[in-house]
Amino acid sequence: MPPHLKHALPIAFWVAGLALVFILLYAPILSAVLFSFSADRFPSLSMSGFSTQWYAQVLTDRAMLEALWNSLTVAGFTALIATALGFAAAYADYRFRFFGQKAVLALALLPPTVPLVILGLAMLAFFSRIGIAGTLAAVVAAHVVIAAPFAMAVCRLRLAQLDRTLETAAQNLGAPPHSALGRIVLPHTVPAILAAFLITFAVSFDEYVISWFTGGLNQTIPVAVLTTLQGQVDPTIHVIGTLSFTVTLTLVLIALAVVLRQSGGAMSKEETS
Amino acid sequence: MTNTHLKLDGLAKSYGNFIAVEEFSLDICEGEFIAIMGPSGCGKTTSLRMLAGLETADRGEITLAGKRIDQLPVWERETPMVWQSLALFPFMTVRENVEFGLQMRGVARAERRRRADDWLERLGISTYADRNVARLSGGQRQRVALARSLVLEPKVLLLDEPLSALDAHMAIKMQGELKKLQRELGITFVYVTHSHSEAFSLADRVVIMNLGKVEQIGSPQDIFLRPRSKFVAQFVGGISLLEGKVLGREDSKRFLNTRDGKVRLSHSCGLAEGAAAVLAVRADRISVTITPGWGENEIACTLVSEEFAGAVVNLHLETASGHSLVAQLQQRDLEQLDASIGARVYASWHSDDGFLLDRARQSLPGTKVRAA
Repeated sequence: MPPHLKHALPIAFWVAGLALVFILLYAPILSAVLFSFSADRFPSLSMSGFSTQWYAQVLTDRAMLEALWNSLTVAGFTALIATALGFAAAYADYRFRFFGQKAVLALALLPPTVPLVILGLAMLAFFSRIGIAGTLAAVVAAHVVIAAPFAMAVCRLRLAQLDRTLETAAQNLGAPPHSALGRIVLPHTVPAILAAFLITFAVSFDEYVISWFTGGLNQTIPVAVLTTLQGQVDPTIHVIGTLSFTVTLTLVLIALAVVLRQSGGAMSKEETS
Repeated sequence: MTNTHLKLDGLAKSYGNFIAVEEFSLDICEGEFIAIMGPSGCGKTTSLRMLAGLETADRGEITLAGKRIDQLPVWERETPMVWQSLALFPFMTVRENVEFGLQMRGVARAERRRRADDWLERLGISTYADRNVARLSGGQRQRVALARSLVLEPKVLLLDEPLSALDAHMAIKMQGELKKLQRELGITFVYVTHSHSEAFSLADRVVIMNLGKVEQIGSPQDIFLRPRSKFVAQFVGGISLLEGKVLGREDSKRFLNTRDGKVRLSHSCGLAEGAAAVLAVRADRISVTITPGWGENEIACTLVSEEFAGAVVNLHLETASGHSLVAQLQQRDLEQLDASIGARVYASWHSDDGFLLDRARQSLPGTKVRAA
């Protein structure tokens, strides 16, 4: 323990505090996982038995499966486009020095700070004007707007570790710009690109407000869940919650592992040099 | 060194209002070792970058072996560079780094490997061929950077302060190796540095730059013994300058009237009576005595400070008019001199050891030496 904390509160206090935070964060999620396996129709702690019936019900529910498919399609396309845009923006910011660079950067990172309701409503108005409201393409376009800044942020972090001279050095050794980009910049940035893909996928997969405004009858999983909940309390919600949570958590954990491994590698390189 | 091989003609480069290089012209012979030296911001690195195509010159032409190259993009110039930061590719092995340029030129795999291995062998780093470049010492990384450029068999190698990342001991060792390599290969080296010792010990010719202009081009001896401008004299160091007016002939002798008295000029000086001139005398040619009457040109001074520099000592003197002179003495001579700080001493020199600075260059701006 650092010396300045030595005579402060006992360590047990900090551990208890941390435990409380984690319990408050994860208890609702854990309860969803627990109740998804309950044999009862209504969630209660005196569970009468263990059952996978709700899983069977969800996996045979055509509307839910369609929503899942919509979600996967939207998230897949969103991740592809947002990552490409995010990398391109991060690269431009890394490679070039131009007038108004800071302003461009701020503008590019702005969308996630706009309230989703406003963004969703504005998107709906715009999409209906150009006649694509209510299509999955509209949802993808809207999701790209909020997801691309995340991709850009992740790629920028990685590019910041790359000496800007390297790309020039490659050109100096005879590599035309596309080769220098492909041989020097991309290999270095691949882990970040992968992480950006997973994170933007997760962002889109979880997003409710914009999907609800712009998706129309094409429901994604979060929209379908909320729609179901408005009608009745259905135990299949717990199943969907558990499945969604697992998908998102897996994606984020993989992204985290990729990012941690790359920075760990960079650190050990610095030590030896 | 016969024909002009690499010709830089009137290169200029500005960034907005800032003039990085005002005018740079230089004819370089095949196999010549050129060092470009000057204080930070003098335009030396910009000039090198224009040569490599990393900066586009606003004006001027560059010709290499009779072919104009200044309009070629970087990757078509065949002017590989050893970078100050070395810029080795961090996620590649030593061999992959060296093979990179060959691969970009479409050399087949087997041939590429053979040529890369030749160079690794030649520079004594073949043991590390499969190692990641991040796991090498400074000297080894330096050799990889050299091998990576030289494997392309360039006609010209550009070096941008290549030894600045090394510790002093290693830098001196690499200096020797660089010179040897350059002689063996017979290719042109253009070497940018702010280090006097590197420039003077390596180069056939040294270019001194200041404020975007070439101050002087010449052999290290030339520049050391005959600086043409105040700036060069002060940049090279160890030179005392005396300003004054040229007097008329007396018995075929010529004199300069300075604020500290009349001093005799060497015969070779061809200035007209009344002309303003700056006389320069090297520190090692100035004798210091505690009694007057020992030398031909003698100025009474106060000993201001002593600066220990190994086998020699630099004495900083101040004349009655407040002018600074510097004299270099052997340790032994200093012991015999037996003068303490603040003592009155006499500085003298033989008139043949004094030389006048090039008049055309005396009134240049920026004669103040900036931090190198």
